[in-house]
Formats: sequence, C-alpha cells, structure tokens
Amino acid sequence: MSSGTLAVLSALPTSLVSGSYIIAGILFILALAGLSKHETSQRGNLLGILGMALALIFVILGTVLGVTATLGSESEAGAATAFINSPAPSWAFIVILVAMLIGAAIGLLRAFRVEMTGMPQLIALFHSFVGLAAVFVGWVSYLHASAAEHFDPVHSGELIIGVFIGAVTFTGSIVAFLKLSARIKSAPLMLPARNFLNLAALVIFAVLTVLFILLPQGSVGLLLLSAATILALLLGIHLVASIGGGDMPVVVSMLNSYSGWAAAAVGFTLGNNLLIITGALVGSSGAYLSYIMCKAMNRSFISVIAGGFGSDGAVVGEAKDYGSHREISAAETAEALKNASSVVITPGYGMAVAQAQATVADLTSKLRARGVKVRFGIHPVAGRLPGHMNVLLAEAKVPYDIVLEMDEINEDFSDTDVVLVIGANDTVNPAALDEPSSPIAGMPVLEVWNAEHVVVFKRSMATGYAGVQNPLFFKENTSMLFGDCKERVGDIIKVL
Amino acid sequence: MQIGIPQESKQQETRVAATPKSVAQLIKLGYEVLVEGGAGAHAAFPDADYVQAGAKIGNRAEVWASDIVVKINEPTSAEIAAMKKGSYLISLIGAPRNPELLEKLAAAGITVLAMDSVPRISRAQSLDVISSMANIGGYKAVIEAANVFGSFFTGQVTAAGKVPPAKVFVSGAGVAGLAAVGTASSLGAIVRATDIRAEVAEQVESLGAEFVGVEAESQKSSDGYAKEASEDYAAAAARMYAEQAKDVDIIITTALIPGRPAPRLITKEMVATMKPGSVIVDMAAEAGGNVEGSVPDKIVTTENDVKIIGYTDLPGRLPTQASQLFSQNIVNLIKLITPEKNGELTLDLDDVVQRGMLVADKGEVTWPPPEVKVSAAPSAGPSAIPSATTASAAQREALVPASKETKKPLDKRFTYALLAVCALALLALFTITPIQLVSGFLVFALSVVIGFYVIGNVAHSLHTPLMSVTNAISGIIIVGCLAGMTFIDEAVPAFGGANLPILILSVLGILLASINVFGGFAVTQRMLKMFKKGGE
Repeated sequence: MSSGTLAVLSALPTSLVSGSYIIAGILFILALAGLSKHETSQRGNLLGILGMALALIFVILGTVLGVTATLGSESEAGAATAFINSPAPSWAFIVILVAMLIGAAIGLLRAFRVEMTGMPQLIALFHSFVGLAAVFVGWVSYLHASAAEHFDPVHSGELIIGVFIGAVTFTGSIVAFLKLSARIKSAPLMLPARNFLNLAALVIFAVLTVLFILLPQGSVGLLLLSAATILALLLGIHLVASIGGGDMPVVVSMLNSYSGWAAAAVGFTLGNNLLIITGALVGSSGAYLSYIMCKAMNRSFISVIAGGFGSDGAVVGEAKDYGSHREISAAETAEALKNASSVVITPGYGMAVAQAQATVADLTSKLRARGVKVRFGIHPVAGRLPGHMNVLLAEAKVPYDIVLEMDEINEDFSDTDVVLVIGANDTVNPAALDEPSSPIAGMPVLEVWNAEHVVVFKRSMATGYAGVQNPLFFKENTSMLFGDCKERVGDIIKVL
Repeated sequence: MQIGIPQESKQQETRVAATPKSVAQLIKLGYEVLVEGGAGAHAAFPDADYVQAGAKIGNRAEVWASDIVVKINEPTSAEIAAMKKGSYLISLIGAPRNPELLEKLAAAGITVLAMDSVPRISRAQSLDVISSMANIGGYKAVIEAANVFGSFFTGQVTAAGKVPPAKVFVSGAGVAGLAAVGTASSLGAIVRATDIRAEVAEQVESLGAEFVGVEAESQKSSDGYAKEASEDYAAAAARMYAEQAKDVDIIITTALIPGRPAPRLITKEMVATMKPGSVIVDMAAEAGGNVEGSVPDKIVTTENDVKIIGYTDLPGRLPTQASQLFSQNIVNLIKLITPEKNGELTLDLDDVVQRGMLVADKGEVTWPPPEVKVSAAPSAGPSAIPSATTASAAQREALVPASKETKKPLDKRFTYALLAVCALALLALFTITPIQLVSGFLVFALSVVIGFYVIGNVAHSLHTPLMSVTNAISGIIIVGCLAGMTFIDEAVPAFGGANLPILILSVLGILLASINVFGGFAVTQRMLKMFKKGGE
C-alpha cells in the first residue's frame, strides 16, 4: 500500500490525533474569547498560537507516520496495520518542512514590514490565501478520489461546495486587496442586472453540483468541477468589484467570514472535525462582525451578503444650498484649543491617507499636558477595516482608554468645547439624521455639531465617499481648516 | 388665521396655553395671535410681554371667536357656545370620560384636537403634554414633600453632630417617577424606586437611585399558573412596600392604571408603621389614591403624625414652568399642522399623530381613532401597574391603544410558530441526510453558536486584531493540505511514483496556509503590543 514510510510501528493512534484536535479547538475558542478585551488580548493570541502549534505537530506526525485505528492494533491477529491514513513517503516530510518554512518566512516578513495603514490590504490578501488553499484541497481530494475511482455522493457534494466557497473567497479577496491598495479604482463596478448575474451564478452552480454528484467520474467530472471553479472565481470578482471603497470594512469582515466557511466546507470534505470547528468559529465571528458593521451603516445584512449593496448607481446628493462656510487658520485653531477644557477628536479615513496619526497623537499629548481633557470618538465604520482607526491610534501611542466608541461619546458632545474632525466626512454628517431623502439617511453618526465649536480638517469642499454634501460644514459653529491634515496639525503644534 | 389664547376658567388653574416666547414662534409660523387680557397673570406673564412678542390683547368674546382657540383645560358649555362654527379647538379634552362633551363640540361644528390623545409614538413625543406635565408633577411632588418634612434631605456632618440623609422611596418609574427620583437625589437624599417593569431599573440607577425589585417566585404549577403568579406577585410586592414603609422618610407614589381606580399600594397598616414626621405624596389621589387615607387636594395628618399629601394640581403649582412646557408642546403641534408655515392650519388625516388627536371634525365625533399599529410596543407586561404618571388616570386611557396589548402575544406566537416550522424542516432534512454529515453538522452548528457568543461582546477597538487572529487560525486549512500529502503516492506514476498534480497542489496549499498561520499570529501580536492604557 505504501512505500518508503518511516517506522510503521510508531504510527499515531487516531484517538491521540482526535484528542489533539479537541484541545486545539478549545484553545482557538479561548483565543477568540481572550481577544474581546484589551486586558486578555495578548494572552488570547498566545493561546491561539499554542493551539495551532499543537494541531500542527500532531497532524504533521500523523501525515508522516500514518494514523491507525487504535493503539497497538498492529499486534492483533498479526495482520497489517489498519491504517486510517496511510503514511506519506518519507521524503514528503522534507517537502512539507521546506514549504512551511518558505510560507513562514513570507508571512513573518509581511507581518513585520506592513504599515498599520496598510493593514486592510494585508488582511484581505491573507483571506485570499485561505480561499485558494481551500480550492487546492478540494481539487486534491477530487484527484485522489478519481485516482482510486471511488466516488461517494456525499463526499462529491461537500467537495464541490468547498471548492466553490474557496474560489469565491479567493478572487473576492484579491479584488478587495487590489482596491484597498489602490492598484485598481475603488469605484463600484456597475454591470447591468448585476443582481440577476449573481443569482444566475448560484443557480448554475446548483445545477453543476447536482450533475457532479451524479457523474463525478472521468472527463465529465473533471469538466464539471472545472466549470464550477471558474464560475466561482468569476462570481468572487463580481461580488466585490461591485462594492465601492467606502464599504470596505464590511467587505473585509464578510470575506473573513467566507474564508471560515470555506475551511469548514473542506472540513466536511475530509471528515476533519478540527477544520469544521475552526471554520465555523471564523465564519460565524466574521459574519457577526459584518452584522455589527452593517448596523453601524444602517445597511441590510442580507444585501451585503448578496454583494453589490454599496450604491444604487452614482448617488449624487441633491444640489441644495446650505449657505456658505467659514475658514479658520491653524493659529486660530490653536487658540481655541488652548482655551478649551474638553476636546474631542473624530478621525476618519483621511487621517490614515495623510499618515497624520503620529502628529495627531503628538497634539493630543501636548494638550493633555496642558490639562485639556482630550478624547477620541471613533465611528464604527471609520477607516477601511473594522477597528482600523483604533489600530492606527494605538500605533501612535494614544492610550486606548481615551479612544471611545460612537455610542460612548455621542452624549458628551454637548459638553465639549472643541471638536476636531480630521479626515472624516460621512460619519459626521447631520444629513443622516435630518434629511430623510439623503442617501445616508438613518445611518448613526457622530453628533459633533452639538459641541460649542467644530473644526473640520479637509483638503477641499469636495464630498465624501457617499457623494453627499455635508451640511455640517455650513453650520454656524463649524470652521473649515483647509490643507493636508498632517501639515495643519503640525502647524497647530508649532503655535502651541 | 388667528389663534386665540383665552384665560383659563377652571378654578385654581394657574397655567396659560401660550407664553410670550411661544407667541413669537406662532407668529413666525404665519399666524396672528390674540391673547385675552390677564391670561398669563398667574404664570407671571404680563400682557405687556405678549404685546412685545407681537400678540394683540383682546376681550373674552373676541378671543373665543378666533379661528383657532388654544387652551389648557376642556371648554365649558358657555365657552363652546362662544366659538365660531368651523373653528378649531386645541386643548385637553379627556375624550374617554367625556362623551357628552365630544357630542357637544361636534354639534357646534368645531374641529377639536385633543392634547391628551397624542399617540404614544416617538415621533409624537414633542407634542406629549402628558409627559411634560408628569415631569413637572414629579419634581413638584418632591418639593412639596420637602416643604412639610421637618429635616434636611441631604446628610451633613456639622459641628453639632452628624445629620443622616433622608430616605425617599418612589413607586413607579414612569416620567413622573423618574423626575421625582432625579429631584430627590439631587437634593441629596438616599433614593430608592420600584416599578413593575424590571427593565426600567437601569433608568432608575442612571439617576443615582437604587432599584428595588419585587422578589416573586412564580410557581410553575400546571393549573392556574397565571393567577397563582399574580397573587404571588401582589403578596411579594406588599411585603416589599411594608418593609420600605418602616425604613423610609418620604414615599412618593405615581402608580396609575389607565381607566381604572389607582392601585392600592400603601395600606393603613403600612402608614401606621412609618416614623412620625414622615411624608407621603400620593400623585394618584384624584384616581382614588395609591395610599389608603389620602384625600384629593388635601394634606392629611395621621395619628402617628405622618402627612399624606394628595394634591391633584402639582403641575399647576409651578405655573410658569408648566405654561412654558405646555406652550412649547402647542408650538410643536402647530408646526406639524402648518407644513407651509403660512398661517393656514392644514390637517393631514393620513398622519397617525394628527388622526389620533382629532376627536371631533365636521360635526362628527371622531374618537376613538382607528387602531394605530404601535411598532415599538414597550415590553411591559400587560398587567397591573404600568406606572402612569399624571394626576388624571382617565386622560391616559386614550394614550394606550387597545392594539398594543393584543398585538404582542400574537407576534410572539408567530415567532414560535416560525421556529417550530424551521425545526421541523431541519428534522425532515436530516432524515434524508447521510449519517456522516449529521455528526459533522453537530460539531459545525455548535461551533457557529460558540463563535457568535465569543465574539458577541468584543471591544470595537479590537476588531482588527480579532480579524487577523481569525485569519491566522483559519490557516488551519493546512491540515487539509497535509492530508493531501498522504495521497501523493497513488496511481499516475509520474514523479518518483507520486501523483504530480496532487503533490503540487498540496505543497502550494501548505505554503499559502503557512503564510497565514505565521503572518497572522505575528501581525496580531505586533498590533496588540501597541495598545497601551494611559499611564502605562
């Protein structure tokens, strides 16, 4: 059956391997639980690493040595060992190690090199790897089955579904990666009848699945699986291409969820509980994150999953006359900050674009040294990744206990002397509450206009991502500070 | 159109339906305003201020002949007779207890908007005089209690010795109850409050008071469960009140049941156990009283020197404030029914707020309005004491649409039915599912649930690290690729007896997944290290 294995006698019993899966699964759950609080987050990550190491050791040993049904089964009846998994050839061990080392080197290099502003791209790219790996596993499983000419209908069904989800995740994540790293335009692709296209893809996939379950053999089977793979790749591209840049936080967490479901589907294909557990954990947690994001943007969760939810054509805010805006200089802003007792800073994606987080943090510590109470108000969808702003501010060494969520700070704006809006637009737009006809109507926003004085840092009077004019800029207590926000904040620091 | 503001004719009424400030706002909306001379005298608004705000001063007959008459209390027969046919009246009406009044108004051809029939939906809150008057009532109840109470509310340590703070107990945490809680705690007293709706505990605590729940254990017997439970509840509530009565110095009760006598919360026996000098304010005195022995509009002193205050005109005892809030509610209503801001009153009967308030129109009585769908029905139990708030129970009757109580259980039943259908559908699906799938589904379903719960309360700022850690652990797909390595020696002898496509795909998969595993954990660790608490 096998050739060139390592010592057959030391094959691992299946109960030991399954046991390691259980422990790894529990460690993963504890890792996610630990990451829900700052105090326990580092411990959570370590638990995750521990679980992964444990699982990898046993799986690699099992791969190389083979897995038997029970401990000591080889002695029974003197028959050949009852392998559940026959061992891989001994040279495979070297191949595995080399592949893992290369992967580890690439991964670690990317992890230590990445700029915090580039986090969204990296995470999207990582999702694509999981998707592609899932496609590979599906195909390997198919090739294995076709080599043995043994097809089980259930197995075929699981296999094609796993490949499908994996392929959608792969191309979807790649498109998201390209959009986030500005290698392609982030404007939504507007194909006619795009919802119909998505639906048609799903229907065709259902047909392919049924056919594949019935006729998995030979060239027909190969053709069907190839067709399903290509269809899924195209669907992945279309799903994400039709979503615009501003909705990326949802897209990234949605792809996170998809990558989990892909892993779970692979787990079903291979009958591997660890993959099912992990995949389901990642899938459901990603889905829940997307759900939180959707609530924050007042979008329907269903239409997000369906893709292309971002915008129904180019939404242009009605050309309403809001009056004129007032400009303010950096020196005047510094003066206002000096006299303030409470300041709130609401950053947005513009701060990340201008790389202004360190300068903003500097301003914060200067003001705090003067005894001014400075806090940050973060909208749930600020940035291009859930929690993106928090990571940027943490990198700039802003203490996390003065970085507050929208719900925590919205009540306090009325007691605030100065609000600095840095690179945010739609997330501070009062039209979301006042104008039912606005495209962003109903979206919860940071109610900065309740503060005594609002200073908006902006490059020009252009509209934000949603293409809606922001009446905030024309309010009486709002002043505009035009220019690159990093430079302007630097000017303020100089005056201080 | 001309709006007339008459002087209130009801005995002891001190309020007025418009203030100089609200008059200016009405004029801005395009109306002319005619105020009866001396209308605001009791509320400290002299005629001169109205004139300065742009109003004209007229006599009683002129004011009542206006196109729109705005006042506080329901009109008398003489006043109705003084009105023009086809004119509008905006005031409190008490529609449910005053069918004859409605007939009379309809017969006179007057279109009537009842300020006490505002539907309880969030959009209509700005017109809700019941709430704004309840707020004042709750405040004033505490002030009245403090007035007759012989000690400080706040605790002090003085040169002469220590003064303990007063203990105040508020029953019912509706608008009035919460106002009382807030006022009493800002005076420095120790405040406790109770309500049949346990979910208001948070609101009570947010005002600095302690919530006292009723500890009732519902017995799950198979017969007569509901009745047992409510008797049980009443007994537990009575025990709680008796306990509080012995302990506290001030009791303020605000419990009202729409259209029924007020529930008896404090019995004579409980009052007898209170400390001499204690004070009770019974805000439900007009509806029969929460407190045994309370008399409407009187202060009663019991044998053990407990004073029971039964004032029914608490809002009117703050005439300036009450007039100001009432008139602001009126302005908000007029804004709603003057969409063009041109001084022309335009009713939109498709608007549930306007339709709900319209009690007489074109000679017809239009009360009660057609059922309104209450989308956000409060989750209060349908029974007992929905701690209503003002001096007049009957006024509130109109505000609780009948649909609310029947709607809720229906919705629940629907949800349960849906759940049952889903469960059955799943079971049916499982009968045709191969067994190896079913056990996989068990693991899958449990993990999905765990995933939701584990993530449920994640701090928003940790979303990015969380995502990168899930990224890392989804690299576990490497297990699948490793499994592929055990297949490589099968058939198709191409590469040292190995299946080349399988080998390539598996190795590539291992490589990709390793990037995820190592990169994911490393980047997470890097980010987490950056999060520092202030001062660290």
